[in-house]
Amino acid sequence: MKRQVGILIDTTQCIGCMACEEACADRWGFPHTDVHELSCEKNTVVQQYGDTYVPRLCMHCEEPTCASVCPVGAFQKTPEGPVTYDESKCIGCRYCMQACPFQIPKYQWNKLNPKVTKCDMCYDRQQKGKQPACVEACPAQARIFGYRDDLVAEAEKRIKESPKTYVQQIFGISEIEGTSTMYLAGVDFGKIGFPANLPKRALPKYTWDIMEKIPNYFVWGSTLMAGFWWLTDRKKKVAEYEEEMKRKNAPINENDDKR
Amino acid sequence: MNTNSLISKVTDWFRHMTFWKSVFLVLVVAGLYSTVTRFALGLGAATHLTDRFPWGLWIGFDVLCGVGLAAGGFVVASAVYVFHLDDYKAIVRPSVLTAFLGYVLVVFALLFDLGRPWNIWHPLVMWNPHSVMFEVAWCVMLYTAVLALEFSPMLFERLKLQKAARAVHNIIIPMVILGVMLSTLHQSSLGSLYLIIPEKMYPLWYSGNLPFLFFTSAVAVGPAMVTIESFFSSRAFHREIEVPILSKLGKVTAVALAIYLVLKIEDILNYNLGSYLVTFNLEGTLYWTEIIVGVLVPIALLVNPRVRESKRGLFYSAVLVVTGFVLNRMNVSITSLEQHYGVGYFPSWMEIAVTFMIVAVGFGAFAWAAKNLAVFPKEAAAREPAHAESYEVVVIEDEIKVKGEPSFGMEAK
Repeated sequence: MKRQVGILIDTTQCIGCMACEEACADRWGFPHTDVHELSCEKNTVVQQYGDTYVPRLCMHCEEPTCASVCPVGAFQKTPEGPVTYDESKCIGCRYCMQACPFQIPKYQWNKLNPKVTKCDMCYDRQQKGKQPACVEACPAQARIFGYRDDLVAEAEKRIKESPKTYVQQIFGISEIEGTSTMYLAGVDFGKIGFPANLPKRALPKYTWDIMEKIPNYFVWGSTLMAGFWWLTDRKKKVAEYEEEMKRKNAPINENDDKR
Repeated sequence: MNTNSLISKVTDWFRHMTFWKSVFLVLVVAGLYSTVTRFALGLGAATHLTDRFPWGLWIGFDVLCGVGLAAGGFVVASAVYVFHLDDYKAIVRPSVLTAFLGYVLVVFALLFDLGRPWNIWHPLVMWNPHSVMFEVAWCVMLYTAVLALEFSPMLFERLKLQKAARAVHNIIIPMVILGVMLSTLHQSSLGSLYLIIPEKMYPLWYSGNLPFLFFTSAVAVGPAMVTIESFFSSRAFHREIEVPILSKLGKVTAVALAIYLVLKIEDILNYNLGSYLVTFNLEGTLYWTEIIVGVLVPIALLVNPRVRESKRGLFYSAVLVVTGFVLNRMNVSITSLEQHYGVGYFPSWMEIAVTFMIVAVGFGAFAWAAKNLAVFPKEAAAREPAHAESYEVVVIEDEIKVKGEPSFGMEAK
């Protein structure tokens, strides 16, 4: 398997300069605004919780919920790690938005040919050997880009070296079986806008439990129904035959073909 | 029919304006205005849907309820064709008609809700078998096709296309079995849609049993819808109500509701819902309303033979079941998510207008079909007394015998 890339975000380092927001807007051709909420014109934002600045972007899950729910496979987990979206496939059902545990996909509600928008970790830039635009723009190294296993090691090292600065958790290691965007923080993750009740198990498995049974269900179910039809049909024909024989006052012949 | 007679028919329709016709007109006009807004200015202009609340009334009511209320089609069709329960023969056609119209309207509603409705065919060629929505898409497509086939004899008879009707007749058993399989999958898959958001839903409604809950409640509500329909059509067409059949359907509903209730109790134990049951916030209150109105009271009513054998008892029980069902689907799709998303959602008037328009079109289509096609055997008899006898006997027998002996319906004329 290919070594996957990821982004490690150290919220204790973020200074809230918004350089990442601007770089991201430039890369997508979005306007620069002072609204720090993800939207169809913002694929990354920096949000403030007390003294902590929290950069937000797609988590690029190891087992992406969006890719699992999309009926037409418009979302793909690339072998390199980023989760990408192919607008030409999209039918606009918005199940991805409903299902994403981080509420990342956004929608162009006022367009007539709307698409879903979200960060793709600058997949095209990566192909050219460049870093994601937001990482490149960050003056404080609050976002670092690299191989995911290296980033995990780096995060563990930071927690070990300064246990007082960090809470003892890397967000994105065990939640829903991991994400490619990972976070370090000085305060409890629940207090800086991260979902606290995420299961450890990857969310797509909750529906796959049911989905995988469908082929079996179909084969056995239709066989059973056909069997019921045969039984009740036979019963009815026998009853009709016996009725007829009774009417004719003829003896019931067990070997009669009609029976 | 020539243009003149069509025009005179239309002007006649307008001249004899009744209360219900004017309601129908108002709904259609408001719905058309909203339709234009939706397709000229986008979803954002017509709906209260946002990034924080991406699914609203059109999914919650038009799709989830629409599909559920159409469940009478497969329940009655399987009883008649697969299990040879001949008692239900008289209602198989109205049930199939309702199901067919229901599914057509669900697809129609989806065209409003999908951001790119012109891509609605994509799941045919772009596959993702992991997606419940993919399953839903295929079930809608295939089952609508099956229902169209099950419905088609009513149309073929009217158009006097005996050969086509016979061709359908010869494949009716496999079609009905396929239909049962597909609707079982489809009813349950609408519940499965929500399996993937355990962390978002209010605990009273999240359950690993959601697919089974959706299926059993659909089996309960399908017959209830058929019952309500029978009442309205008996009024409209001055027919006798088939009380003995409907009271049997009432039993089906009661049994399905009882199974549903057991699953609900299982959830309370599995997910330790005790504390939520005694919290009477918006969620708790709506949960109890749904359970009492749609499950407990109808079971209590329907197990009582006196209620089950009276017209009014059957009608009011069915109304309660349908109300509880609609409330449940709205709770699952909207109420249960409001707390997590941190925003309330109430549909815009245009979303409501489109929904009402779709419902009105459904009623209109049913009324038209009931008047013009052989939906109700007795109605057919009253309308065309000349060959009523042969009509009734032959057609119904023909539906039952698979091998399609040459006794097929229309030759009898």
